[in-house]
Amino acid sequence: MASKPKLHYTKGRGKMESIRWLLAAAGVEFEEEFIETKEDLEKLRNDGVLLFQQVPMVEMDGMKMVQTRAILSYIAAKYNLYGKDLKERAWIDMYVEGTTDLMGMIMYLPFQPADTKEKNLALIIERATTRYFPVYEKALKDHGHDYLVGNKLSWADIHLLEAILMTEECKPDILSAFPKLQAFKGRMSNIPTIKKFLQPGSQRKPPTDEKFIAVVKKIFNI
Amino acid sequence: MSEKPKLHYFNGRGRMESIRWLLASAGVEFEECYLETKDDMIKLQKGGSLLFQQVPMVEMDGMKMVQTRAILSYIAAKYNLYGKDLKERALIDMYVEALIDLNELLMAHALQPADKKEQHLATLVDKATNRYFPVYEKVLKDHGQEFLVGNQFSKADVQLLETLLTAEECKPDILAKFPLLQSFKARISSIPTINKFLQPGSQRKPPLQEKDLPKVMKIFY
Repeated sequence: MASKPKLHYTKGRGKMESIRWLLAAAGVEFEEEFIETKEDLEKLRNDGVLLFQQVPMVEMDGMKMVQTRAILSYIAAKYNLYGKDLKERAWIDMYVEGTTDLMGMIMYLPFQPADTKEKNLALIIERATTRYFPVYEKALKDHGHDYLVGNKLSWADIHLLEAILMTEECKPDILSAFPKLQAFKGRMSNIPTIKKFLQPGSQRKPPTDEKFIAVVKKIFNI
Repeated sequence: MSEKPKLHYFNGRGRMESIRWLLASAGVEFEECYLETKDDMIKLQKGGSLLFQQVPMVEMDGMKMVQTRAILSYIAAKYNLYGKDLKERALIDMYVEALIDLNELLMAHALQPADKKEQHLATLVDKATNRYFPVYEKVLKDHGQEFLVGNQFSKADVQLLETLLTAEECKPDILAKFPLLQSFKARISSIPTINKFLQPGSQRKPPLQEKDLPKVMKIFY
């Protein structure tokens, strides 16, 4: 019997959250081992289980996988969330890289100097509403399908939902000019595996607060 | 007859260089359209060719592809440089992602202000020789094969060679403690398509000089 994937990370979103989303959406149960202190991270490093001394690390299918994108691509391909051919795969990759850039800006916000926070937040809103969301709105409008690529649920859709929800935490009405994305959000949120992940008590992590940032900085020496 | 891929970027390495390397290694001829001024960039953006208003952009197989990793993955899969199954692909991805991290650090070196250069070099050498190179040296040692993954030439080998050469530009003896990486470098460099790319006159770009930086910044900012 195959064992469940085991995720090694802090008890926060960071780079692991997209992996939690993808596994959950694919209906894959997973375990988590949380790094709570610097010593926990040192132990992982000394045990030789982190290829480049970094997390995320996911134990899965006999591998100790590192590098977020490598892990996500593997899961997407394994659970048929990566399109049906090379071209669909390319489109999924392009869309995912866009939402990765957007979510990356939000993820790093708490680590920027306090006096740049307001400016960076404004930039996130601007990029979301003028660079990224219009692309996905147009894609859905042009083909009229429920999903971004190939008329079928893929990693790109799951990643976009995650990005939408994360951006709404920055500005609740951020989708006001994007009717297709609003409908997309409603539709995606009702998919049973995703609906379950959005319930309280799931393995989804809350937004990172200042107290947790201090813990993270200590663990990773930043 | 299918057209050659067309690369849109400025006339320098940046994020396009890994794509040039991969196409060249696969023996694929390509054309380049250089952005020289901000107006060139605005023209591309206004023309609707850039999905997220950014370059690199590669016109290929009827698509206007953006996002470096998406482009590299497509080329690798198309030309059989991505392993034979999901697990080999995962290994290739892991190796390549780390090399991209190191490569970004290396590329930033030439652009450091004079008073930060020494510190940056120290950080770079530390990361390269303690975190990254030992991994690839060990991989080659453990399986004793010529290529990193699956005993077959892949995107990972191309990316490793590119990164090794860039590292040597920062510090010529940086491979001193890595005999297998040295022989890997020689071996992969002698693959005909790669050998050709390493000759003067190829489409490989030189490192960015500090004097060229203002021109590049003007295009994008």
